[in-house]
Amino acid sequence: MKEELVLDTLVDKVMAELERKLGREKTEDVAEGEDSEQEEERIAVPQPKWREGLRELLASTPARIGVWRAGTRPLTKEVLRFRRDHAAAVDAVYGEVSQSILDEFQLFAVETCFQNTENYLKRPDMGRIITDEGVSVIKQKCKQRPQVQIVVSDGLSANAIDANLRDVFPALLDSLRAYGLQWGTPFFVRGGRVACMDHIGEILQPDVFVLLIGERPGLVSAQSMSAYMCYRPRKGTVESQRTVISNIHKGGTPPIEAGAHIGTVLKKMLEQKASGVQLAI
Amino acid sequence: MRLKTHVLGVTYQFRDLKEVMAKANEEKSGDQLAGIAAADMRERVAAKQVLADLTLADIRNNPLLPPEEDEVSRVIEAGINEKIYSQIKNWTVAELREYILRSDVGAAELKRISRGLSSEMVAAVAKLMSNLDLIQAAAKAEVITHCNITIGQKGVLAGRAQPNHPTDSIPGIIASLYEALSYGIGDAVIGVNPVIDTTDSVKNILQATKEVMDKWQIPTQNCVLAHVTTQMRAIRQGAPADMIFQSLAGTQQGNTAFGISVELLDEADELIRREGTSTGPNCWYFETGQGSELSSDAHFGIDQVTLESRCYGLAKRYRPFIVNTVVGFIGPEYLYDSKQVIRAGLEDHFMGKLQGLPMGVDVCYTNHIKADQNDMDNLAVLLAAAGVHYLIGVPMADDCMLNYQSTSYHDIATLRELQGLRPAPAFEQWLEKMGLMERGKLTPIAGDPTIFM
Repeated sequence: MKEELVLDTLVDKVMAELERKLGREKTEDVAEGEDSEQEEERIAVPQPKWREGLRELLASTPARIGVWRAGTRPLTKEVLRFRRDHAAAVDAVYGEVSQSILDEFQLFAVETCFQNTENYLKRPDMGRIITDEGVSVIKQKCKQRPQVQIVVSDGLSANAIDANLRDVFPALLDSLRAYGLQWGTPFFVRGGRVACMDHIGEILQPDVFVLLIGERPGLVSAQSMSAYMCYRPRKGTVESQRTVISNIHKGGTPPIEAGAHIGTVLKKMLEQKASGVQLAI
Repeated sequence: MRLKTHVLGVTYQFRDLKEVMAKANEEKSGDQLAGIAAADMRERVAAKQVLADLTLADIRNNPLLPPEEDEVSRVIEAGINEKIYSQIKNWTVAELREYILRSDVGAAELKRISRGLSSEMVAAVAKLMSNLDLIQAAAKAEVITHCNITIGQKGVLAGRAQPNHPTDSIPGIIASLYEALSYGIGDAVIGVNPVIDTTDSVKNILQATKEVMDKWQIPTQNCVLAHVTTQMRAIRQGAPADMIFQSLAGTQQGNTAFGISVELLDEADELIRREGTSTGPNCWYFETGQGSELSSDAHFGIDQVTLESRCYGLAKRYRPFIVNTVVGFIGPEYLYDSKQVIRAGLEDHFMGKLQGLPMGVDVCYTNHIKADQNDMDNLAVLLAAAGVHYLIGVPMADDCMLNYQSTSYHDIATLRELQGLRPAPAFEQWLEKMGLMERGKLTPIAGDPTIFM
């Protein structure tokens, strides 16, 4: 009995050690596996009538087709791929923009009246108003009546800012410089909605405004950013007066290109003294 | 009209019918955003108690949005059969609920009283019903419609093939359509949401889907869900459309925001009857969803359940082939979490059926709402039990164009097998001919899209 016990303990120890080692290897495998999976061909249908044809179909759309089934349910690998993409999207909504990126571009931060993410989602109206404290910080730190006001906000995807700002922001400044446009003091708004630009517009009275904001994440990309632009945004500005460049991410509108393009649009707004549906681009 | 009641030692006096209707709703973030929701559960119960004792005549005599001011109200008023209404006008809302649930009241009886009800009365009774009430009542209703084929029979669960593509690529749309067909999905409609709302794009997609239908002799109907005016231009230029589509709101002002009016819909109706390619007589596809009126600031302080019901009152005028509520698409400021989405899905389905509409549901969610695919599984099962006409089929439930998640081709196939439901009969015959289905079960080749290549 006793010997058996000792043996059991020993076996347990060896197994634990093995598991620890294998476990570590497994983690490394996953990290490598992720890239290779995208290369790998996704032919899941076991005996397609026409294999070459299936490749053609898969190449024609990002839709999740040719995925096959277990009974009438999808295969485990596809289910997990879906869950992984959904997790990335949800994390983007509940994530926070990293302080280091704000420091890098010397963006000070103010908040809207959103309070917290839960409330932000329920009360879009509160994400359009800067807190009293924020208003006084803006008044104190920002240049009044700038030609161009740049504001960055997390919106529905903090991840979008982390992923794209390093490319978009410098490209935008370069573009403004090239057109000889003067910008004011850029800053960051936590918990912002698109129309927070109207409140800020009232405070700083800029000629044109660009808000770089995280979009509602999808499964294809959780890192998509939009640039909302407006000529003299003020209280009462309606949505059709805004111009937007959306889908800015590495699989959509390339961030550097977007930065340059924003500068061009702002230039046109200043020339035409108009934005949104009234702007001829 | 008595607007006062006592609940747990507190007296509640409501201002008007509008307030009672709003506060009697189950909790919805959209009603809270509008500032019209009950403050707490006790006030909610008080409102339900008051509503239960109001008569149907009280509701009709106190219009929330007078017909003189709103054309949707006029359409709803004009749709009421006075003889049937006069037989039931003294019923309380509580009595209406119990009549609907009686075991000797079936599809025929529901069809009859539905002609005497206004959309507001239907919304009122939904507010007094539990989720299971809504399921049982909807399951009794029978609404059969015909475009190229018939759907809506008892025991039928149809599916919309929604083969969207992020750039409207025709080969990409067709690839996803082949996948749908290989799972037995596409009997409700082959319906594509275009990215580019132009006449040419709509024409191309209608043409391409029609070609697949002709080549494989598929008994179904096609539709491209662009703005109605774009579809009208495409149809006038000869595009083959079996149906015409539009999203609806429950107020005239809400419809103005959608760029439509009753006059425009009447014109489109005449056009699809004259120039449409289907057999008919049901040639419309409508979509709705709680919250759209508030989002365009066209709600007049009316709650989102009542406004949704009014969409159905408007839809009824055009005898559509299919209607669906896109229940989780609008966002958490209107339906906060899966509990609210599930409730809204069951309410909408019931309210549409009770107004004689062929109801489907887009069981769906966006990524900023507190819901996931498991919640969609739950709601889909509940709706299948409630006799939903059709569900949306998207590859793996992920719409790569609209960026939201719905139900999948797999899900519809599963619900059919699980609950003993079948595709539309004409479509099932075709699936058998193609070797994709036998006795209501998918065959081993199902799921291979290349059989259509």
